Amino acid sequence: MAGMTLYDKLWQSHLVDQRDDGSALIYIDRHLIHEVTSPQAFEGLRMANREPWRRDCNIAVPDHNVPTRPYERRAGIAGISDPLSRLQVQTLGDNCREFNIVEIQIDDRRQGVVHVVGPEQGATLPGMAVVCGDSHSCTHGAFGALALGIGTSEVEHVLATQCLSQEKMRNMLVRVDGHLQKGVTAKDLVLAIIGKIGTAGGTGFAIEFGGQVVRDMSMEGRMTLCNMSIEAGARMGMVGVDDTTLNYVKGRPYAPRGAVWDAAVTAWRQLTSDIDAKFDTVIQLRGEDIKPQVTWGTSPEMVLPIDASLPLPRDVEDEAQRDALEGALNYMGLEPGTAIVDIRPDKIFIGSCTNARIEDLRSAAAIVKGRHIAPSIKLAMVVPGSGEVKRQAESEGLDEVFTAAGMEWREPGCSMCLAMNADRLAPGEHCASTSNRNFESRQGFGGRTHLVSPAMAAAAAVTGHFVDVRDWEAS
Amino acid sequence: MIKFTELSGVVAPLNRANVDTDLIIPKQFMKSIRRSGFGPNLFDELRYLNEGRPGEDCSARPLNPDFALNQARYHGAAILLARENFGCGSSREHAVWALNDYGIRCVIAPSYADIFFNNCFKNGVLPIVLNADLVDRLFDEVYATQGYRLHIDLQEQQIFSLQGEPIQFDVEPRRKHNLLGGIDEIGDTLQYSEAIRAFEQTWRQQSPWLFNTKERQQ
Ligand code: SF4
Repeated sequence: MAGMTLYDKLWQSHLVDQRDDGSALIYIDRHLIHEVTSPQAFEGLRMANREPWRRDCNIAVPDHNVPTRPYERRAGIAGISDPLSRLQVQTLGDNCREFNIVEIQIDDRRQGVVHVVGPEQGATLPGMAVVCGDSHSCTHGAFGALALGIGTSEVEHVLATQCLSQEKMRNMLVRVDGHLQKGVTAKDLVLAIIGKIGTAGGTGFAIEFGGQVVRDMSMEGRMTLCNMSIEAGARMGMVGVDDTTLNYVKGRPYAPRGAVWDAAVTAWRQLTSDIDAKFDTVIQLRGEDIKPQVTWGTSPEMVLPIDASLPLPRDVEDEAQRDALEGALNYMGLEPGTAIVDIRPDKIFIGSCTNARIEDLRSAAAIVKGRHIAPSIKLAMVVPGSGEVKRQAESEGLDEVFTAAGMEWREPGCSMCLAMNADRLAPGEHCASTSNRNFESRQGFGGRTHLVSPAMAAAAAVTGHFVDVRDWEAS
Repeated sequence: MIKFTELSGVVAPLNRANVDTDLIIPKQFMKSIRRSGFGPNLFDELRYLNEGRPGEDCSARPLNPDFALNQARYHGAAILLARENFGCGSSREHAVWALNDYGIRCVIAPSYADIFFNNCFKNGVLPIVLNADLVDRLFDEVYATQGYRLHIDLQEQQIFSLQGEPIQFDVEPRRKHNLLGGIDEIGDTLQYSEAIRAFEQTWRQQSPWLFNTKERQQ
């Protein structure tokens, strides 16, 4: 019998019931909740007179709607000026109180984007099945966890039954051998992968990331990689457990300690794919080949290396593809053939569950240190992923590096990743953004998003156009 | 859950690949804490020429005349014909609520994003997968025929049009069963309560660090 993949092992260990029709009941260990996708689920519980199956597995945190301006945040929920946003955050609090669920509230020092907070608190552990009513739940797969995003009906289902009804996905291995060049990050790698396989390339698959580049990567980098699995169409992305994983988890507030920790480590060491494991698809890349990436269109697969120029529609034979290309160029207000380095962002957003962890902020700060943002930049904002990240960054003086450079240092939240709060682009504005989606109007009605790494966003802030950070001299 | 057995309706074409859920229902409308009321904002940015605000009366907003759902011939559409990777991006179930609220109970496309596909079944919306050639043919027929309608029979897994042979489609047995019966999936799963409890007990012995994690909080 062939060996098992990491996904096979995680699936097997959480299988409550395998039905003849191919569907299965999977047990859920950790359920993370935020304010946007949960109100209707709690309402459903109330209407059916149901209680949560297990309370201790649920952790809630408001993140999508919270304001990031310090003066608005000081007043807690009352400080949210948009009444609909305020009601949504208030409703999360009310529901958590009613159903006795732990909530990290808006003014809690640990508050932040749910996918930053979970791992940081040790609430995400290797070998767990983790779900959240949010497609970027795949982030948690970086810990060797079975982590996937669910819809609101499934949020209610998990609350009520502790289980999810699922069909098993197929296995895909993305293996990245060699080493990344200096200045090239996990973000560039995952954008390059999406460019290669397309936004539907991972549909129906659980992706495992492996190879030397991934082994050498920090947990922050692995989370960035897994975070954008969904942009490749895969509901799950994961990385096998190794010392990097264990060192990150050890000592975190929710992590086990003492003898329980030792027992856990023994179990977690098994959480890698067997050497003879069989994958349905294997994608291979070489780390050395990856250059810094910039998206130029309205889908994450519309991505190019920094030294490239935009495609010419007349070179595209397929009519549907040509239409899509023209539509995207048109929306983005970009001429065919423009060099990526000639694209000039109006705003800079460093934040989101993809790239707002401490390592991301350090790499952005290293670029802007001792420099100032270009006069053409209307706004450059840095939004830490969580209160913990914010405090850590402040203790290292990064906030001062950013503000001295003319950037704004904000309070944690999703912010301009999806612009549900006041942070947004005006129509037609271009943004260098470290987030994960460049869909039309994602960052504000008519806004134009370019997805990049934190270092690339910082460099664009300084020069006023995209530049190759591999050529960047540290000051 | 809402039942789906048979459906007859006008078909509207959405000739565009990779339609994401941000496009189906933009985020400003996700501030609602209810499941209904999303219909007027379905495809808001494609449908209207100005930016929509939550709670606003949409009847006074300028319509985009090029968008199919605004054209008289597609009025009252219950079936949406779409392209590859429909529903990609955000997991927001609001996208399906908006389709449903508008009156679209069935989508036909060559492929869907996994989460959206799954969310459809929870809300009595049937996402049908047909191969790209068949979808192409349906697009041709829709454009060629005013008031083009289809009849969908889930029990028989067939699509009937006025022209040609019925088209067979696949659907996973459990999803079909749940849709046909309007099954409450939570109630259904709770019938497995004993199995869940038994699993939980063993799992707790094997992996005690996954339980009562609150207690270890500092
Ligand atoms: S930061 Fe962006 S992608 Fe991440 S959870 Fe928030 S809105 Fe979603």
